[in-house]
Amino acid sequence: MKRLRELIDKIKPNFEKGGKFEKLHSTFDAFETFLFVPNRVTRSGSHIRDCLDLKRVMIVVVVALLPALLFGMYNTGLQHFRAMGVADASVWTCFWFGFLKVLPIIIVSYVVGLGIEFISAQIRGHEVNEGFLVSGMLIPMVMPVDIPLWMVAVATAFAVIIGKEVFGGTGMNVFNPALLARAFVFFGYTPYISGEKVWVAGLSNGTGVVDGFSGATPLTDAASAVLTKADQVQWTHGAPIDWFLGTIPGCIGETSTLAILIGAVILLWTGIASWRIMLSVFAGGYLTGLLFNLIGANAYMDIPAYYHLIIGGFAFGAVFMATDPVTASQTNTGKFIYGFLIGFLAVMIRVLNPGYPEGMMLAILFMNAVAPLIDYYVVQANIRRRNRRLKLAK
Amino acid sequence: MSKQEKEPLFSAKNMKLLTAPFGQNNPITVQILGICSALAVTAKLKPAFVMALSVIVVTGFSSMIISLIRKGIPNRIRIIVQLVVVAALVILVDQVLKAFVYDVSKQLSVFVGLIITNCIIMGRIEAFALGNKPWPAFLDGVGNGMGYGMILIILGFFRELLGSGTLWGYPVLEKIGLYNIGYVNNGLMILPPMALICVGLIIWFQRSRNKNLIEK
Repeated sequence: MKRLRELIDKIKPNFEKGGKFEKLHSTFDAFETFLFVPNRVTRSGSHIRDCLDLKRVMIVVVVALLPALLFGMYNTGLQHFRAMGVADASVWTCFWFGFLKVLPIIIVSYVVGLGIEFISAQIRGHEVNEGFLVSGMLIPMVMPVDIPLWMVAVATAFAVIIGKEVFGGTGMNVFNPALLARAFVFFGYTPYISGEKVWVAGLSNGTGVVDGFSGATPLTDAASAVLTKADQVQWTHGAPIDWFLGTIPGCIGETSTLAILIGAVILLWTGIASWRIMLSVFAGGYLTGLLFNLIGANAYMDIPAYYHLIIGGFAFGAVFMATDPVTASQTNTGKFIYGFLIGFLAVMIRVLNPGYPEGMMLAILFMNAVAPLIDYYVVQANIRRRNRRLKLAK
Repeated sequence: MSKQEKEPLFSAKNMKLLTAPFGQNNPITVQILGICSALAVTAKLKPAFVMALSVIVVTGFSSMIISLIRKGIPNRIRIIVQLVVVAALVILVDQVLKAFVYDVSKQLSVFVGLIITNCIIMGRIEAFALGNKPWPAFLDGVGNGMGYGMILIILGFFRELLGSGTLWGYPVLEKIGLYNIGYVNNGLMILPPMALICVGLIIWFQRSRNKNLIEK
C-alpha cells in the first residue's frame, strides 16, 4: 500500500499543470482518488465532511449487486444445462459456464462506458465521475445472456452519451442510464430481448436442446395466457418458491428475488438507498395486483398479487433502479408518491399490455421523467402550508 | 415616394435571405419550428425528399403572394387571409402529389395537409413577407423551405440507412454484406422518438461548431 502511494506521488507532477501529461490530468485524478481517499476538502461555503464520498457510495452499491450477479452467473449455467439435458452438472460447473458467458458482457459494458466517460471528462476538463461504476454493472444484469456483444456496446454508448453526457454527466441525468440501455435494445433490437428463446444460453441457435424445453419466463407465460384467452396461466417453470429463489429463465441478474433482497439489506443498512422508495414500489405493485384480482377479467388479472413482486424484473427494479438517487424524487413525500406510482404502472403495463411483458423498465423510465414535477408540487404544498401557518400566527 | 435605385435580382442581401436558413437561421435547428413533420415523415428518404420539395413550393409562393397583396390586407383579418392563400397552395401540392407520386402521397398521408399548420410558413409570412417586397419575400420563403428540407433529408438518410438498411428503397447494407457478419437493423431508428434525438444531435453538432448560437 505504501509503495503504491509513493509511486503515485512520484509520477504525480507529470500530470499537474505544466507537466508532461497535463492533458491526462482527469484520468490520473480518477485513478488516484479511486485508490486513496483524496486529501483535499472543499474550501468555501458550508459543507459537511464525511469519509463516504461518491466513489465509496458507488462501491457499496456494486457490493450490494454482487449476490444477484453471482447467483445470475450460476443460474445462467443451470438453465443452460437444463435446456441441454445435462442432469448432473455440479454447482461449480454451472457457475463456471455462467461466469464465462456473463464476463464478456460486463467487460464490454465497462470498457465502452468508462471509455466514453474518460474521454468526455478529458474534453471538458472535469474530474472523471464514478457514476458509471454502478451503471456498468447494472447494464449486463438487465440483459439476456445470449445478446450479441456489439449490441451491448451500442446500447451502453447510447445510454452514456444521450442519457448522461448531454445533460452534463453524473448527477445531471434525467433517466437511469442502465434502463436507458435496456430500453434502447428493447425498441431497437426487439427480437434479441423478447420472446421465449433468448433467456437461456444456447437456446436461440437451437442445437442439442432437449425436446419440449421452453425458455419462457413467468412473464411470457402470463402474457401469452392473455393473448390466447386461456382460463388459467400455464406456468412453464416451477412454483412461486422457484421464482423467489430465481432458478428460472430471465435476464442475467434479475431472476433471484432472494439475492436481490440481500442486496437490499446491504443498501438499507448502509443508508444508501431510500427505504421509502423501496417500500412504496412494493406496496404499489401489490395493491395494484389486488385491484386486478377484484376485476378479474382474464387469467393474468387472476394471479395472486404477490406473484407480481417475484416474477420478472420487479424486485430488481424496485431495489436497484427506482432508488437511484439522481433520477428519483428528492423530497420524502415525493419518494412515496414516486415509488407507489412505479409499482402501480409496472403492474398496469404488464397486465394490460401483453406486448410489453416487462412493465418495470417502462414504469421507472416514465416516473424518472415525472419525478421533478412531483418534487415541485411537494415543495409548493409545503410553502403554502407554512404561509397559512404564518397568517394564523399574525 | 421617391424612386429607389433598382437592386439586382441576386444582390448580396438577397442571397443572404436564401442562404441564412441553411446555417445561422435554420428553421428546425435554430428557430425550432416545424419539428412535428420532421419527426413524422423522415423514416424513409423518399417521403422526406418529397415533403421537403412540397414545403419549399408552399413557403416560396405563399410568401410571394402575401407580399404582393400585403398593402391591401386589413391588419385585423390578416391571419385568415394568409391561411386562405397557404391552404390553396397546399391543396394544389396535394393534388399534384396524388396525381404523380401516389405511393409517396399515401405515405405522407395527413402531413401534406398539415403543411398549412407548419409554423415555418406562418412564421415567415408574419415576420418577413408582410413587410417586404415580393422578390425578397419569395427568396426568403424558398430559403427557409430549403433549410427545413435539408434537415429532413439528413434525418431521412440516417434513419433509413440505420433503421431499414436501405437508401431510397435500395438495399445498400445487404449489398455490401453487412448482415452476414451479424449486423442487425435498429428498429428504434424508425420510431419517431429517435428522430427527435437525431434532431437534438444535429443541433448539438451545429452549436458546437458555431458558438454564437449558444444562448447565454
